[in-house]
Amino acid sequence: MPHVQLSRIACARSGDKGEGSNVGVLARSDAAYAFLKLALTADVVKRHMHAINFGDVKRYEADNLRALNFLLLDSLGGGGSASLKTDAQGKTHGLAVLRLELDVPQSVLDATPKP
Amino acid sequence: MPPKEFVRVANGQGFWGDSILGPIRLVEEGPLDYLTLDYLAEVTMSILQKQRARDPRKGYATDFVTMIDRIAPKLVAKGVRVIANAGGVNPLACKDAVLAVLAKHGLTGVKVAVIEGDDVLGRLDELADKGETLANMDTGAPLADVRERVTSANVYIGAFPVAEALARGAQIVIAGRLTDPGLVLGPLIHEFGWQRDQWDLLAAGTLAGHIVECGAQCTGGNFTDWKSVPDLARVGYPIVECRADGTFTVTKHEGTGGLVNVSTVSHQLVYEMGDPKNYVTPDGIADFTSIQLEQRGKDRVFCSGAKGKPATPTYKVSLSYEDGFKALGQLTISGPDALAKAKLCAEIVWKRLEMDGFRYGPDERLVEFVGANVCHAGIHAASAAEPAEVVLRMGVKGPDEDKVDRFGLELVPLVTSGPPGVTGFAGGRPKATEIIGYWPALVRKEHIQTRVSVFSS
Repeated sequence: MPHVQLSRIACARSGDKGEGSNVGVLARSDAAYAFLKLALTADVVKRHMHAINFGDVKRYEADNLRALNFLLLDSLGGGGSASLKTDAQGKTHGLAVLRLELDVPQSVLDATPKP
Repeated sequence: MPPKEFVRVANGQGFWGDSILGPIRLVEEGPLDYLTLDYLAEVTMSILQKQRARDPRKGYATDFVTMIDRIAPKLVAKGVRVIANAGGVNPLACKDAVLAVLAKHGLTGVKVAVIEGDDVLGRLDELADKGETLANMDTGAPLADVRERVTSANVYIGAFPVAEALARGAQIVIAGRLTDPGLVLGPLIHEFGWQRDQWDLLAAGTLAGHIVECGAQCTGGNFTDWKSVPDLARVGYPIVECRADGTFTVTKHEGTGGLVNVSTVSHQLVYEMGDPKNYVTPDGIADFTSIQLEQRGKDRVFCSGAKGKPATPTYKVSLSYEDGFKALGQLTISGPDALAKAKLCAEIVWKRLEMDGFRYGPDERLVEFVGANVCHAGIHAASAAEPAEVVLRMGVKGPDEDKVDRFGLELVPLVTSGPPGVTGFAGGRPKATEIIGYWPALVRKEHIQTRVSVFSS
């Protein structure tokens, strides 16, 4: 199976939510969404983001938007004005998730337009 | 007058600090019925309370008044109605400043409404007597933990007071802690006569409001595929063309930069999202999984199918409290050996502080080497190439203001007493600033009364 970055088959946007952040992952095709619903679990995202997020990861689905929404519960170094980090609002966490490398079936790639 | 086929509602300000060109160009570059503007974030309310404590004429978003000053004659000539949560913790003072600006432009008879009732800082003891514990929604901790340090307390109020203000003829509506989507839902309730129990319609208006509430974030700003976005410098701020049946089209003025497609709108729908099935607002619960998006022409996305559920019996209250101090500073370290020298600089700072008796725990300090993989450290291996320079960014925090300030004295000396190539100290010594803690809670709706007052220029 081809090994690609998540950004090949999905987009993302992130922002702050209390002491954590949310990352909305938007599949680029129906095929990509069906694949990601199975492959991009909360656990996979938690392991990938281990150096940023020190809390649990929760996942929600929105089929109509081809979206998986991840809540990273402790990812801002305190959150709000208490954080010392450059990215105190988690603005770059979406791009960090999109750097995830995974094996994607060729059929999914064929059905997903390149960015 | 027959009801309009659709109403154009725009957002020209996604947050306090957004470009003033957003609202100005929305009014100047095409047709518009309503201009909404969002100025408030959680920490903003605390800052505004402090400003008001120092000067009773302050405590609101002054940018709003500057913006009205720039476009007042055009707003009045075109009949564009404005809704903003610019009132902060002093909406009456904001109103006075707006009336003064209207008078300066010779604009008389313009009605300005003020919505009050969201500020409960002075009512905390009364609410406690009424059985409101205001426990932290996230942690369950009692308010007593921080009660003596609370600096602001505001209820997120809904869209119906906005509709009332519009029904009473206001051209400019100034609110305090009104929800962001409520800025858009308010005019739709007013125009279409939506009722308090029409949950699907209220959810539709809430979704429309959520899509536009961060300004250009749904028209091509902060978009993954940024290379495909034309002319971001001239990005058009978003407009929703809303119909009485709850369907709406997201678009922007013709000829502006940016991009509106299913992806840019979806990007914004997931922004700051929690459980997509249950987006709770004071006016009802919106189900983000119900909405269908469809591209209908260039830069036009048609949205339909929104479903909602009944409102909860509570309002969300946002409290802020004093939570210690922090100081942050940075220096630029040039190559050769930029990263190694920056690491040495950081070590020197901590050692000199220790020599003087100041130690900061691992949770109280931070070092970043900006340019050498800060945002995605540990997730993505940065290029092995030596960076031409790095920005050394250091910070500390804690309850002791003097200790936090002491740190700030040891950064700048590195210019002459560290390795060579240390520069960029123009900002001077880092100083301790207050950390503002955020405390979300719930309060029963029966204890909160909003009040709409209408004034005339």
